[in-house]
Amino acid sequence: MKTNGGSALIASLEREGVDVVFGLPGGAILPVYDPILDSSIRHILVRHEQGAGHMAQGYAHATGRPGVLMVTSGPAATNIVTPLCDAYMDSIPLVAITGQVPYSAIGTDAFQECDTTGITMSVTKHNFLVTDAADIPQVIHDAFHIATTGRPGPVLVDIPKDIVDPNNPRSALEMYQPDGPKLPGYQPQPEPEATLIADAIELIQQAERPVIYAGGGILKARAAEALRALADAADIHVVTTLMARGAFPDDHPLCLGMPGMHGNYTAVTAMQQADLLIALGARFDDRVTGRLDGFAPEAKIIHADIDPAELNKVRRADVAIVGDSRLVIEAMVEGLAAAGPSPADRSEWRSRISGWRERFPLTYDEHVPGEGLKPQQVLEQLRDGSPEDTIVTSGVGQHQMWAAQHWTFRHPYTWINSGGLGTMGFSIPAAIGAKVGMPDRTVWAVDGDGCFQMTAQELVTAAVERIPVKVALLNNGYLGMVRQWQEMFYEERFSEVELGQAVPDYVKWAEAMGCVGIRAESPEEVEPAIAQANDIDDRPVVVEFRTEATEKVFPMVPAGKTNSDIMVHPSQEGQQR
Amino acid sequence: MSSDRFHTVVLRVENKAGVLARVAGLFARRGFNIDSLAVAPTEDDRFSRITFTVDVESAPLDQVVKQLNKLINVVEITELDPKSSVERELMIITVNVAPENRGQVMDLVRIFEAKVLNVGYDQMMLSLSGAPSRVDDFEQLLSPHGIVELQRTGRVALRRLDKIQAAPSAEES
Repeated sequence: MKTNGGSALIASLEREGVDVVFGLPGGAILPVYDPILDSSIRHILVRHEQGAGHMAQGYAHATGRPGVLMVTSGPAATNIVTPLCDAYMDSIPLVAITGQVPYSAIGTDAFQECDTTGITMSVTKHNFLVTDAADIPQVIHDAFHIATTGRPGPVLVDIPKDIVDPNNPRSALEMYQPDGPKLPGYQPQPEPEATLIADAIELIQQAERPVIYAGGGILKARAAEALRALADAADIHVVTTLMARGAFPDDHPLCLGMPGMHGNYTAVTAMQQADLLIALGARFDDRVTGRLDGFAPEAKIIHADIDPAELNKVRRADVAIVGDSRLVIEAMVEGLAAAGPSPADRSEWRSRISGWRERFPLTYDEHVPGEGLKPQQVLEQLRDGSPEDTIVTSGVGQHQMWAAQHWTFRHPYTWINSGGLGTMGFSIPAAIGAKVGMPDRTVWAVDGDGCFQMTAQELVTAAVERIPVKVALLNNGYLGMVRQWQEMFYEERFSEVELGQAVPDYVKWAEAMGCVGIRAESPEEVEPAIAQANDIDDRPVVVEFRTEATEKVFPMVPAGKTNSDIMVHPSQEGQQR
Repeated sequence: MSSDRFHTVVLRVENKAGVLARVAGLFARRGFNIDSLAVAPTEDDRFSRITFTVDVESAPLDQVVKQLNKLINVVEITELDPKSSVERELMIITVNVAPENRGQVMDLVRIFEAKVLNVGYDQMMLSLSGAPSRVDDFEQLLSPHGIVELQRTGRVALRRLDKIQAAPSAEES
């Protein structure tokens, strides 16, 4: 069938099963926007291209399908660099289509020209500059293959205008069905080697103080069920990293919760004192390990990851397994069944863990009349007042840590945040993307006032497109996490962290954007506000909670310290460690 | 140059625009120090061959290889141990040679089996191809005369052949 590059591009996206594209048109991508009118694909018109990127991320994380965004050249391409980098750090499958100036104009500093493939080379798993219309069906197929297999990640396809413009003879092509990916240098290895699994089983059987260190790779590999089978079969405790919250149910007796800089005492200390860490789809991030040379000093390491470059990158592994987390875990479960119960005596370890749990639960001070709301309490009330399978997204900072700590995640894919890059403003667009992908689920964006002001304009998108997300805005008038560091480590010298609580007026702003705006200032207003928000299902809602600025996130492992130096909540300082 | 510190790695890459930029960009952002780099098409025009030597004190070789493997356009990676490979480098060098010193320089040319490419009134342009250490020696012995300009290609290398098949190479140093 004779066609043109623009129609071939949209047809190729349809063939990859794309149902939603997040984007914003402009000069160079105009010819691709025309065939969208005749396509089954739903296009969500964003207010800023960064929003399109984070929406695609939220969509991908919630559904497991690749998120697709489409924007024009130049400034639009540079505006998606942050979400691309975010997706690269957190291994989110995205396909980004960018317009480019006509091929003959590339390199001439044409209007809205930038070196998109050059700029995004280091923040994508791969990118393509398509120079021939006939390559479009193959490249789109390759892009989806790369984005969704192996370690998932963002792929960008840069398309010069002339090869998609039906008025240009260079856009003519004969449509075809690609015959599989054409990527001689790309061969992920999902199948683990059996001998390595056997080595891992041996270490697991001998271990007296084992901990499963579950990372975001569990969710990417759809391995939550397998992980549960492994923990149950081996009777080993599990920590779930910031990227893996929900990968193992928080209410499971073997779940220790989140480790890391703001992890709970038991998760951090269990890892620190373990004699075996079973790292699955995790990458020994500095926020988890603390100072590396003091991290889990007595632990042997089993490290399984789909990306061979993660093995032995940060911490040397005693058994390093390349493979898909689900296949690795299933092989381990089989191996353990064959090996029988572990001969190791783990009773002392179990009692150590239950002692920590008793002495060091997550805690915070009670609300003081006349002061701002306790953010932790607000989040607990939000959790208790919302459906059990609510999807929670967050921005970056204190509110993110409190949400990760105080929510009870019972299901995979209910927690979406920016872990690796730490992108402020992630929450609202990610929530919109998640809601588009999972329209029947309640989606709450937990946000801070600093983050909110970075991407709030996407609530206009949500209102106009009828995507009823809910925003829990914890407004303490500060860049709270920076304020906490300045209070604790810079002698309370507060430099450029006060945003002010009263301006902007978030309720009026929400209303101006077509949302419902609700404010809660005292504890008795919290529950009714949450109930009111949860009852609204025809438009977005913003609930502003006026919270206490001096509240800090505990526990905390100060930067540069080892996890043994974890600072607990002041009320627990006297407790025997 | 100690052979322990510098390892030669050969990449077979897809012959596509921007592949060298991907490889070079990876070196830069991961902090890998590259000592020498040579790029050229191969017998198969779908692929090019990139030969480089990396300072393994700047990054473990294992990480260098694994990170390069993540580049979609990199098809194959081979690490060449100096003991089991043949390495060559080409140097073109212009040196100051006053007419009365020409004999000394010509002695070096004969000993090293170098070539004279061009002769001026008080300068000579020479070329030498050989094992990198031999090229180093030649450069060092010429330097007292005053090096005006020089260009080395960066080393290229191939795996040494099986003992049964290998013929002794006259050029070995």
